[in-house]
Amino acid sequence: MMDQLQLIGEVLASTIRLSTPLILCCLAGLWSERSGIVDIGLEGKMLAGAFAAAAGAIFFQSVWIGLALAILVSIGFSLVHGYAAIAQNGNQVVSGVAINMLTAGLALVLGNNWFHEGGRTPPLPDTLRFMPLTLPGDAALHQVPVVGLFYQVFSGHSLLTYLTFSLVPLSAWAMTRTRFGLRLRAAGENPHAVDTAGISVSGLRYRAVLIAGVLCGIAGAFLSTSLAAGFIKDMSAGRGFMALAALIFANWRTWPALWACLLFGFLSAAGNVLQGTTVGGVPVPVQFINMLPYVMTVVLLAGFIGKSIPPKASGLPYSKDR
Amino acid sequence: MDNPSVRHEKRPGGDAPPAVELIGIDKRFGPVHANRNVSLAIGKGSIHGIIGENGAGKSTLMSILFGFYAADAGEIRVNGRKVDIKSSGDAIAQGIGMVHQHFMLVEPFSVLENVVLGAEGGALIGPALGRARSVLERLARDYELDVDPDAIVGTLPVGLQQRVEILKALFKGADVLILDEPTGVLTPNEADHLFHILRGLRDQGKTVIIITHKLNEIMAVTDRVSVMRRGELVATVDTKDTSAAALAELMVGRSVLLEVEKGEGHPGATVLAVDHLTWHDGKGVARVRDVSFTVRAGEIVGIAGVSGNGQSELLDLIAGLKRPSQGQILLDGQEIGHLADPARLRELGVAHVPEDRQARGLIMTFEECESAILGWHNDPALGSSLWLDRERVQNRAKADMQAFDVRPQDCHLKSAKFSGGNQQKIVLAREIGRDPKLLIVGQPTRGVDVGAIEFIHRRLIELRDQGKAILLVSVELDEIRSLSDRILVMFAGEIMGERAPETDERELGLLMAGVRPGDKPEAA
Repeated sequence: MMDQLQLIGEVLASTIRLSTPLILCCLAGLWSERSGIVDIGLEGKMLAGAFAAAAGAIFFQSVWIGLALAILVSIGFSLVHGYAAIAQNGNQVVSGVAINMLTAGLALVLGNNWFHEGGRTPPLPDTLRFMPLTLPGDAALHQVPVVGLFYQVFSGHSLLTYLTFSLVPLSAWAMTRTRFGLRLRAAGENPHAVDTAGISVSGLRYRAVLIAGVLCGIAGAFLSTSLAAGFIKDMSAGRGFMALAALIFANWRTWPALWACLLFGFLSAAGNVLQGTTVGGVPVPVQFINMLPYVMTVVLLAGFIGKSIPPKASGLPYSKDR
Repeated sequence: MDNPSVRHEKRPGGDAPPAVELIGIDKRFGPVHANRNVSLAIGKGSIHGIIGENGAGKSTLMSILFGFYAADAGEIRVNGRKVDIKSSGDAIAQGIGMVHQHFMLVEPFSVLENVVLGAEGGALIGPALGRARSVLERLARDYELDVDPDAIVGTLPVGLQQRVEILKALFKGADVLILDEPTGVLTPNEADHLFHILRGLRDQGKTVIIITHKLNEIMAVTDRVSVMRRGELVATVDTKDTSAAALAELMVGRSVLLEVEKGEGHPGATVLAVDHLTWHDGKGVARVRDVSFTVRAGEIVGIAGVSGNGQSELLDLIAGLKRPSQGQILLDGQEIGHLADPARLRELGVAHVPEDRQARGLIMTFEECESAILGWHNDPALGSSLWLDRERVQNRAKADMQAFDVRPQDCHLKSAKFSGGNQQKIVLAREIGRDPKLLIVGQPTRGVDVGAIEFIHRRLIELRDQGKAILLVSVELDEIRSLSDRILVMFAGEIMGERAPETDERELGLLMAGVRPGDKPEAA
């Protein structure tokens, strides 16, 4: 009994950890797409952020500078995407794919050139990482039933995780209750209405991709300085795309996006726990276990996607002529 | 301020400066000279009409006033003061509001959210929504502009959506309201109600500018009217001193037959019989409900109705583009509904001029001669089974262009480069060129200039007199009335009734709004 509770606690804690980058990317996609800019480059921006955070932490011996660099680099790619999509009326999918390919290659080449470790950064010492924070009272209450489970699940995450979860209500509030949110949503539905109301569509959309840049940068920093200790080739591992899937699953709304990301995070966490299980005496290959969250993603999306309605103007460049 | 060329434009209303003055406005879009040195003064507290053909530059002129485009040259004055309008925001700040032809509404938003967009007055929208609610209540009282503030705009009928557009402008403090083709989507009765609202606004001191190509509306509602032709403002006159015919002549630059000359019809045998026809869309909604009617040789049957009441679906069914859910379509007694094969129907003698010529009638990037043989590309007269004979294709296209006076007569020009009227002539020439029994025509003159309208109308009458059966669908009630021998009115997928073309417009209007005689008419 105690062991099973322990296991459940571990899986849930791991769910929260693994959901963190998904939630950040999903919120990034949410802000971008609600303004009308499809962002398929979440993955690439996160990867660039992960590399910048690790490299920055090593060069400047400060994880905070690493985080700042991750955000700056990610914003840089965001603005490239924004320029292509907003100023040049370019195809947003092509631009996003280009960013994914570019960042995957760049991180490898620069990493190899700077650190000579085959594209990875040297492992980061704990002083250059966002380490788990312990909630007050954890030590005293960890063994208490129920309350202990609470601490097991919610204590011991990094600052970035707590930040991420506090961003969800903030994002939901900003989207629905503020002038900026109202205008941004309008830009994603009918930019002509925004323009004729005397508001700049480009301005709104640039601000949206800027937000997406910041969030993807934090997601990247979380990967390389909190979840792992250092940058590894392709460490984003499709999380940017899973976040996009979660966004569609959540019908482009904030709270459902949180639940979708937690579900995907749970599937990943459960996959990790299930490694080494046997079915009828035959060990299940680890690859199958690792596939699980992705397969479930496909199944869930295929089953539920019929109901989701994207913002009407997402992916469409805005020009005054109709 | 003392520009003499403007001064004599001033209207009664004392010495108050005009609400809006445009002086020497000039605008080019590449090679197109959309506005040529246009000067215009609009008196405070008046309803001013701007009329002209498609492409005459009326919408461009008003878009400049509303800050949507920047003029290349010229000056704008509001209440006598020179103003610099660089964006719609500037225009709104000057008290100018615009109701666009295609509504500028965010469909998933509520009425309140649409109204406050751009006028939130603070970083949070809560207070603005509360303020808007009380302002809307007041406006509903003052101007009969009732609408549920919490309704989702996308679920409202178009008449109410237009009301939301007007409310948006008034909430932002508009003193000058520009309406671009406001009645295109309205029934005659809804249009009357709109005019009533506009008169109310004028009587409270607002200035209203209406852009339209409909002469009867100008005559009905405006105090003063300006006529535009090819980017130039050719005249500004008091409405009471002019007539529809005089305005039409000014619009086109020559005298125009507004009434189609039409002799007595001699209908023969039944060509098309539609029998209890029903069609359900993908969501299972009946868009065409139990429709029955006939069209005989040598007659034009017109289907009147506000767009979106099943006319388009009916055309598609008869053209073989959709398969009926129930009921039959008989051509000369033969069931054709189940075929759902436009190519086969064309061989059987059904010609189809689709409602949207740019999407369905032509391929815009094709040369004219290629667009002119669409559907006939397997015709042995145009080549062998494998190859098209370009010379024969071009010869056919050239002959058609001559017969239908398509300009310019260059069959290598891209279809998109022709004007709306000429594009329609290309489609019409192609469709009737092979001697069909039945011609089904949707919106034959939508976006077509007055000169070409006259040509197309005459052609349709000629075809009728040659003994063709013609089914005409149009949202232009005037067109239906002047061309048809019998009128059917469609509402919500049903035929509401058949009327003679002489029937009073109000009676047809009630049918178009779904009110059958004997029903208690809505209080208008």
